[in-house]
Amino acid sequence: MNFKNLREYLAWLYYQYLLITGIYVLEPWEKSIFNSILFSAIAMVVYTSYVFVPIHVRLALEFFLGIFGGQLESTMALMT
Amino acid sequence: MATTAADGNLKPYLRKNGVKCEHIGKNGYHNHKEKNGQGTGVASRRHKHEPFEQAPMYVAVLTYLGFGIVTLFGYLRDFLRAVGLEKCNIAQEREKQKDFVPLYQDFENFYTRNLYMRVRDNWNRPICSLPGPVFDLMERVSDDYNWTFRFTGKTIHDVINMGSYNYLGFAENNADFLKTVADKVRQYGVGVCSTRQEIGNLSIHEELEQLVANFLGVESAMTYGMGFATNSMNIPALVGKGCLILSDELNHTSLILGARLSGATIRVFKHNNMQSLEKMLKEAVCSGQPRTHRPWKKILIVVEGIYSMEGSVVRLPEVIALKKKYKAYLYLDEAHSIGAVGQTGRGVTELFNVNTADVDVMMGTFTKSFGASGGYIAGKKELVDYLRTHSHSAVYATAMSPPATEQIIRAMKCIMGKDGSTEGMRRIRQLAENAKYFRSRLKEMGFIIYGNDDSPVVPVLLYMPAKVVAFAREMLARKIGVVVVGFPATPITEARARFCVSAAHTRDMLNQVLDCMNEVGDLLCLKFSRRKYSPQPDLCDETDFELDS
Repeated sequence: MNFKNLREYLAWLYYQYLLITGIYVLEPWEKSIFNSILFSAIAMVVYTSYVFVPIHVRLALEFFLGIFGGQLESTMALMT
Repeated sequence: MATTAADGNLKPYLRKNGVKCEHIGKNGYHNHKEKNGQGTGVASRRHKHEPFEQAPMYVAVLTYLGFGIVTLFGYLRDFLRAVGLEKCNIAQEREKQKDFVPLYQDFENFYTRNLYMRVRDNWNRPICSLPGPVFDLMERVSDDYNWTFRFTGKTIHDVINMGSYNYLGFAENNADFLKTVADKVRQYGVGVCSTRQEIGNLSIHEELEQLVANFLGVESAMTYGMGFATNSMNIPALVGKGCLILSDELNHTSLILGARLSGATIRVFKHNNMQSLEKMLKEAVCSGQPRTHRPWKKILIVVEGIYSMEGSVVRLPEVIALKKKYKAYLYLDEAHSIGAVGQTGRGVTELFNVNTADVDVMMGTFTKSFGASGGYIAGKKELVDYLRTHSHSAVYATAMSPPATEQIIRAMKCIMGKDGSTEGMRRIRQLAENAKYFRSRLKEMGFIIYGNDDSPVVPVLLYMPAKVVAFAREMLARKIGVVVVGFPATPITEARARFCVSAAHTRDMLNQVLDCMNEVGDLLCLKFSRRKYSPQPDLCDETDFELDS
């Protein structure tokens, strides 16, 4: 299939989304309800990951570094 | 498989029925003997290649997802209808009866209300011309999402017909071909106004039955006005309480209805699976009836020639071998295969080179390949004479009307070559060619197709409910009429589009359909097949490993 421009390609992708989720058979107002619910769910996921993922990653790194770092320090202390 | 110890257990029962012990070979099948017989070998090996390819896992997941989401919205709409926020267009109980046991609440109705109604513009499309290779459709639109329709008045002309069971192209209105039919209408009229038993037995009916018996190569045949009624009314006449019916998983509703009406015990074996059938036969012969353990009065194996939803062909030589070994009877429903398969159109018995005397009851319909309506039952003279007096369809149903009878006679004579032309043979060859070409091209493109390579019924799997609907609409927009089938006619995850190839389709029409399929397949992402297609047939097409267990 040849897509003349990006718009057409995005329209085809939206069509695939409608077909795969089964929304294609619903009436327009039902489509809007589903799309808004899905969009708000995705937006919440994105927001939560933006706010909390760096903090969690930093804490995890500190935890693991603490274990291995602690090991190194204790072996150094034993040797000296 | 059967060791000598097991043979020892089986011997007493089988000796009573007169089976010679040397026939109980190591694997229990007569196949080894039959393969060296009159040409069953080549035909059976070729026709066993029937893969039922499974789609990738994500397809099943997405199908369930689609159904789940639409079901949720169905609950929402039902709630709105119950609360009163939305007008209810469907059948409902009356106000006074709201406290009674509900009439309209089971899943099938939920499905009809909330899924089928949304998309039902793809079914029951009114046709306003002959259902030949091309036809005309009346254009209809809906203003309230398919609850009601109205006709715009325009006709869509020359839509290619890929849905009619017009296998040999006898649905035609050419005046030359229909001359004999017109003459018979002048002679006999159109209505018979009686049943066969009373005063409706016309000489043309006798002629037709003689012709059908000749065509099939059996002693005698009886014809009925309706194909569905042939099955549902004759099985109860043949078996009753105390008999066992072994029916294939995917048998048609008419066979299931007939089996249920008869009152016999019904056991279902897996589709075309000979191990399953043999296990059930063994168990039936050994244990007998459920509580009393008396031997069954009759065991009837019910199979179809071509299964209309899968396009698969029954494994006839194996079924016959099993039936002979276990002394059961065979009922073969050739609704889709008579006239459509076989070298000269005689059906699956010819396809597998099997003696017609081995099949006890041969049933078929005239709706598909002969372009008329009605059904027949053929077999030994005693059987058919018995059915003439004891079958409900013969005694109570109105006889077949003369123009339909004459249409069948002329179609059959054409196929047999008795009308002096080679038109019949040309059509059969054209159908075989069309079917092979269509199937191989679709497989090449990457669609998942079920069924045997020779069958003119081609189901293309679509799986997801929204894609099924979009497919039907897109094909109609390209002026091709297809039949799509979903739940409940097929399992809920295996929705499909069923193409029926006809001898009346020209190569150009098929090419047009194939090009549109290619386009629509890319547009809707329907090419799920992961098979690497090779254009040569399998050289080492070794027979089933299932048999050598």
